[in-house]
Amino acid sequence: MKKYKWLVPTLYIIFLMLPIYWLINMSFKTTTEIINTYSLWPQKFTLENYVKIFTDSTWYMGYVNSITYTVFNTVISVAAALPAAYAFSRYKFLGDKHLFFWLLTNRMAPPAVFALPFFQFYSSVNLFDTHIAVALSHCLFNIPLAVWILEGFMSAVPKELDETAYVDGYSFGRFFFKIFVPTIAAGIGITMFFCFMFSWVELLLAKTLTATEAKPIAATMTRTASTSGYELGLLAAAGTLTIIPGAIVIYFVKDYIAKGFAMGRV
Amino acid sequence: MNKTINQKAWYFVIPVFVLVAFNAAIPLMTVVNYSFQETFGNNVFAWEGTRWFKQILLSERFHASLGRQFAFTFIILLIQIPLGIAIALTMPKKGWGVPVCLILMSMPLLIPWNVVGAMWNIFALPDIGFLGYTLNSVGFDYNFTQQPGDAWFTTILMDVWHWTSLVVLLSYAGLNSIQPAYYQAAEIDGASRWATFRYIELPKMKKVLTLAILLRFMDSFMIYTEPFVLTGGGPGNTTAFLSIDLVKMALGQFDLGPAAAMSLIYFFIVLLVCWVFYNLMMKNEAQS
Repeated sequence: MKKYKWLVPTLYIIFLMLPIYWLINMSFKTTTEIINTYSLWPQKFTLENYVKIFTDSTWYMGYVNSITYTVFNTVISVAAALPAAYAFSRYKFLGDKHLFFWLLTNRMAPPAVFALPFFQFYSSVNLFDTHIAVALSHCLFNIPLAVWILEGFMSAVPKELDETAYVDGYSFGRFFFKIFVPTIAAGIGITMFFCFMFSWVELLLAKTLTATEAKPIAATMTRTASTSGYELGLLAAAGTLTIIPGAIVIYFVKDYIAKGFAMGRV
Repeated sequence: MNKTINQKAWYFVIPVFVLVAFNAAIPLMTVVNYSFQETFGNNVFAWEGTRWFKQILLSERFHASLGRQFAFTFIILLIQIPLGIAIALTMPKKGWGVPVCLILMSMPLLIPWNVVGAMWNIFALPDIGFLGYTLNSVGFDYNFTQQPGDAWFTTILMDVWHWTSLVVLLSYAGLNSIQPAYYQAAEIDGASRWATFRYIELPKMKKVLTLAILLRFMDSFMIYTEPFVLTGGGPGNTTAFLSIDLVKMALGQFDLGPAAAMSLIYFFIVLLVCWVFYNLMMKNEAQS
C-alpha cells in the first residue's frame, strides 16, 4: 500500500490541472475553432487573443485596475491590523473579546448582503468608481483576517522580548519597528499573501462599486461574456492571464505557506 | 500568555475599529432601515414593521433557496473534509515533492472566482468542453445547462476543485506539527495504520479541522460568483443558492424591503452557526 501512496496526490493534481489546461488550450485557439471543433490541443495555434488584450486599453486597464486596488487594500489592511493585533496579543482591555468576535463576524458577512448598501454609501461620499472605494470595501473581510493571522503569529513571540527591549531603553516605537516587526516578518508575509489573494479573487463588491474608471479585469470579462457572448478565445486568454499574478505570489511565499497554516490561523 | 490589563490598548485598535465600522456598521444600518420600511424612491419611506420579515420567513422561495443552500454546503463539506485529509496524509513530507505539491495545489485558490466559473463553464460544455465531451462520449447523457442533476453535479465538482486544497493545506500543517516521538511510540506499541490515525493524527488535527470546517461553511454559505457564472442559478432556479437569490431580489427586481429582511435573516443564520463554532474553537484552544 505504501508503494502506491504517491498516486493520491498525483491524481488530485491532475484533476486540478485539467480545467486550467483546458482554459490555456482554448486561449491559443480562434473562437471559430473553439466552437466548431473539439480538439485536445490547438489545431491552428494563434496568439491573436493575447495580442488583442495587450493592445486594447479596456482590456489591459482592467488588469491595472485590479492590481491597483488589490495593492492598496493589502497595504491598508496590514498597516491597520499590525497595531490592533499587537494589542490583542499583549493586553487585556475592556471589551477585547467582544471586539475580536465582532471583527470576525465581518469575515462571515455574505458580500451579497452588503452589495446594495455599499453602492449607495460609496456613491453618497463620491467615491463610486474609484480604486480606493474597492480597496476600502475589501477591508471588510481582509482586516479581520489580517488581525486574526497576525495575532496568531504575535502570540507565538514570548513577551520577554518586549520586556527586555524596554529594559534596554528602547522606546515603544523603536522596539516595534526595529525588533518586533522583523521578528514576525514571516507572519506579515503570510498576511499580505492572504489579503492579496482574497482581494484579487473577489468580484461581487468590486463589480458593484465600479463603472469604467476602476473596473476590475474580472468584470471586464463578465461583460464580454454576456454581450458579445461568443468570444470564447478572448475570454480564455483573459482568464489565463488572471492566473499569473497569483502564481507569482505563490512562488514567493511557498516556504511560508505551510508555516503560516501551522499557526492554525488562516 | 499572561496579558496585562491596559485600557490604552484601545488606541491601537482604533484604526481597525474605524475602518471596519465605516464598512460594516453604516451599510448594515441601511439594510436594517430598509427592512422595516417601504420605499417609494426619492427618500420617501413608510414604516412597515415586521411585514417583510414575515413575508420572507413564510415565502416558499426563501425556503427553497435556503434548502438548496444547506444541501450544497452539507454535500461539499462531506466530500472536501475527508478528501482533504486523505490527500494531506499521502502528501510527501520532505524533498522536492513538497514545494511542487504546495504550489500546484494552491493554484485554484488564487484564481478570481468568476474565472473559476467561466473556466468550468467551458470545461463542462457538452459539445466543446473536455468534461462534457468525455462524459457524453462514454455514454452519459450529460448537459449541465439543461438538466438540474447535471448542474448540481458540475457545481459540486467545481467547488471540490476550487476549495479542497484549503482543507489539504490546513490538514498538512496540522500533521507537520506532530512530533516524531508520537509515531515512534505508536510503532513500538504495534499500532495499526488506522489506530495511528485515529488516536494520534486526528486529535492533533482537531484544531485545524475545526477551522477548515468553519471556513468552508462560511464561504460555501456565501457562494455567489462561481455558480452565477457557471449556471446563472439555472436551469430554472435549481442552483439558485441564497446569495444568488438575494442579489436577484435586490438588484434585479429592486424589492428592497424584502431583500433587506432576507439579508438580515441570512446573516443571522451564518452568525449563529459561526458563533457555535467559534466557541468550540476557543474552548479547544483553552484546553491545549
